[in-house]
Amino acid sequence: MTHSVTTRTRASSIAGIAALALIGVGLILPAFASRSLIQDLFFILTMLTLAQLWNLIAGFGGMVSVGQQAFVGIGAYAMFAGVILWGWDPVPAILLGGLAAFLLAIPMAFFAFRLAGAYFAIGTWVIAEITRLLVAQWKTLGGGTGTSLPREATADIIGVATIADVFGLRDAAARDVLAYWLALALAVGTMAAIYALLRSRTGLALAAVRDNDNAAQSVGVDARRVKWTVFLSAATMTGFVGALIYVQTARISPDAAFSVTNWTAYVIFIAVIGGIGRLEGPILGVLVFWGLQTVFADYGSWYLLALGLLAIATMLFAPRGLWGLIHDRTGIALFPVQRRLVTTEPNKT
Amino acid sequence: MIWIDVLVQGILLGGLYALFAAGLSLVFGIMRLVNLAHGDLIVFAAFAILLITGTLGLNPFLAALLAAPLMFAAGWTLQRFVLNRVLGKDILPPLLVTFGLSVALQNGMLEIFSADSQRLSVGRLESASIDLGVVTVGTLPLLTFASAVGVIFVLNRIFYTTALGRAFRAVSDDPTTASLMGLNPKSIFAIATGLAMVIVTLAALYLGMRSNFDPSIGPARLLYAFQAVIIGGLGSLWGTLAGGAIIGVAQTFGAQINPEWQILAGHIAFLVVLLIRPRGLFPRAVD
Amino acid sequence: MALLETHGLIAQYGQFKALFGIDLHVDPGECVAIIGANGAGKTTLMRSITGVIRNVPDQIHHNGQPIGALSPDQILRRGIAMVPEGRKLFPSLTVEENLLIGGQVRRGSGRWSLEEIYSLFPILKDRRRSPGTALSGGQQQMVAIGRALMSNPELLLCDEISLGLAPVVIRDIYAALPAIRATGAAVIIVEQDITRALAVADRVYCLMEGRVTLTARAKEVSREAIHAAYFGEPA
Repeated sequence: MTHSVTTRTRASSIAGIAALALIGVGLILPAFASRSLIQDLFFILTMLTLAQLWNLIAGFGGMVSVGQQAFVGIGAYAMFAGVILWGWDPVPAILLGGLAAFLLAIPMAFFAFRLAGAYFAIGTWVIAEITRLLVAQWKTLGGGTGTSLPREATADIIGVATIADVFGLRDAAARDVLAYWLALALAVGTMAAIYALLRSRTGLALAAVRDNDNAAQSVGVDARRVKWTVFLSAATMTGFVGALIYVQTARISPDAAFSVTNWTAYVIFIAVIGGIGRLEGPILGVLVFWGLQTVFADYGSWYLLALGLLAIATMLFAPRGLWGLIHDRTGIALFPVQRRLVTTEPNKT
Repeated sequence: MIWIDVLVQGILLGGLYALFAAGLSLVFGIMRLVNLAHGDLIVFAAFAILLITGTLGLNPFLAALLAAPLMFAAGWTLQRFVLNRVLGKDILPPLLVTFGLSVALQNGMLEIFSADSQRLSVGRLESASIDLGVVTVGTLPLLTFASAVGVIFVLNRIFYTTALGRAFRAVSDDPTTASLMGLNPKSIFAIATGLAMVIVTLAALYLGMRSNFDPSIGPARLLYAFQAVIIGGLGSLWGTLAGGAIIGVAQTFGAQINPEWQILAGHIAFLVVLLIRPRGLFPRAVD
Repeated sequence: MALLETHGLIAQYGQFKALFGIDLHVDPGECVAIIGANGAGKTTLMRSITGVIRNVPDQIHHNGQPIGALSPDQILRRGIAMVPEGRKLFPSLTVEENLLIGGQVRRGSGRWSLEEIYSLFPILKDRRRSPGTALSGGQQQMVAIGRALMSNPELLLCDEISLGLAPVVIRDIYAALPAIRATGAAVIIVEQDITRALAVADRVYCLMEGRVTLTARAKEVSREAIHAAYFGEPA
């Protein structure tokens, strides 16, 4: 009899093939899809990525950040700075966004990790506020009122002309296609990286740290290093997403780029409704969220009120979200991270 | 001379922040719960007072007196039927529930009361001032500070000299053993949140009389309250008053230099304290 | 009628079953010892009786009424008080406050009051303003016993009150037992020290792996029977 540890299940093998097929369809989709569908998918993919990243630090890592808007905002502003101040092309300037978010995450982690338990959450919020107030003082980027990407910068983004030629689109639509492809790459890359991380030794360490810091330390897990690594990586990725979102929007202001509603509340609700602590959760959550957004967004604050109440109800009655309900009924796990012991009987001869 | 004036104004402003903070600190101290909707509940209480003054034609102080038991009931209900169900070893559920509550409250108030700025009007008291020789201070800021001192004094008396305070400390130490002593931790938590909402009502009264308010300003009040708690040191109510004063003074000094720097200066002061005294100015030995 | 009775009491932590059908009874005024090795289920049994672990209502009766599903505070109100394992004083409370919190739920006009506790354990009076956890282990145990007595219980559960204490201190603490029993209260003591348990108890139960392996009168039981029940094998 042989034993081996695996995380693979039948559903996960099917899901793996389905995911590859979906990515393939996603790549060639701009050839047939309408511009508004591409824009919707851009929104879905970026929100999904943000939700996966929040889920990584809060759901898997137990670091409940309410300050993710800091990384979206600083990422977007760094990209703007690259374009406006240094004449970069907007797409490579997205890299500046990730770098800036990384640099901001260092002091944020330094301060917030000093705070006891749940006060960590407000600590991250404070740092986000400070960043917003400081950026609003940056007069060359429009100060408190914000600014737009200059027309000449958006006009000749690398690749846009080619896309326009190949698909026979106008420049604005071609820009959306490029942004969509980048969003797809970010979403897939983020989820693949998170999945790989959770299945690695660091993922185990993260689970140990989340469940009990001290106990994890006593079995030799360097809790600080694990938390820092995960927090900084998630911040960097969030910065990329923020920069990408504002490449597509092309107009920025501190209030929008550092909006706690858009970049943290929505993101948390997506993860909560879909299911915290599972990779499938935000995928389901973002689809539900997009549906609600499409149907009810015109109701403005009533919609937000209902979303808040829905999140509360989910935490009370189905704390592991919609995916948790599905998983409990069916046992399906598309991206299993639990390790199972498999026993193979040797063939009797 | 102007700097003494700025200093005194800042300290008095700190009284308001200490009032914001006292309820937050009380709830955290007893059940390790951080209520992210705390700021929105303050704004909610301010609207409740406004509504009572409007419909009954009462002066804000009397209206707050009526609002206080209602807010107690609201806090009790919230704790009993919602928060108690998510309290546990995992800090994530209560945080997310109160965050959801924060968003829901803000937008609910926006629908009911609109985004317009409101104020609790108290006539001449708004501009009245007292000459203290060196500086002239507003009567209302002075009253705010005195109320903060009063609230902290009374809370300390409750904590250390009454059976309720004993029960608060016991369930804070160890809810399971407390239940073996005949206490029901969930009822005690509900009373504590109710009490916190009474303090929130008082904070809302002064917030509404001293400045304009609208449904969106809650989160910023939460941040000031939080900073006062952390600067003071967890579990120390007098420390919270000092923390509030430090934020207040930083803000008035910042505003004196450049009005745009008022809020930023308060935040920076918080970071400086967190940098040099991570456990706050007056940390308790336990915790 | 028995003061306390359990019928087929089962308790589990999640998937892990800790008690497999315990039958025991305690008569009014009786002193019952429960012995058993570590992990035998003694503390789980105490936690079940006091409601820290909720059970099926009918598995535990108090004066003939089912109490298995009641909460700890409801059970205390019925006159069952506990001295928890590890003493569990409240660190934020002084000695006197620890005692007072035990007396917050008082049944009728029983014997115990602050003065009575101080005369039972005089040392506590001198230390009454100190934080409970600043005391020595033995003194903390006295506070924990006094705290439980303050509710005037008719049944007192003592979980491992001699654990980690010096023999001379244990003697002092056990010296209080006659005064407690003189009030008519029944006592259950959970003890690792078998000799001491047999010396003070009327009857003894031995647990092993969540089951009762011995029920006997303390004066009549043989060392061999105890050994067999304790270790599951003849001496």
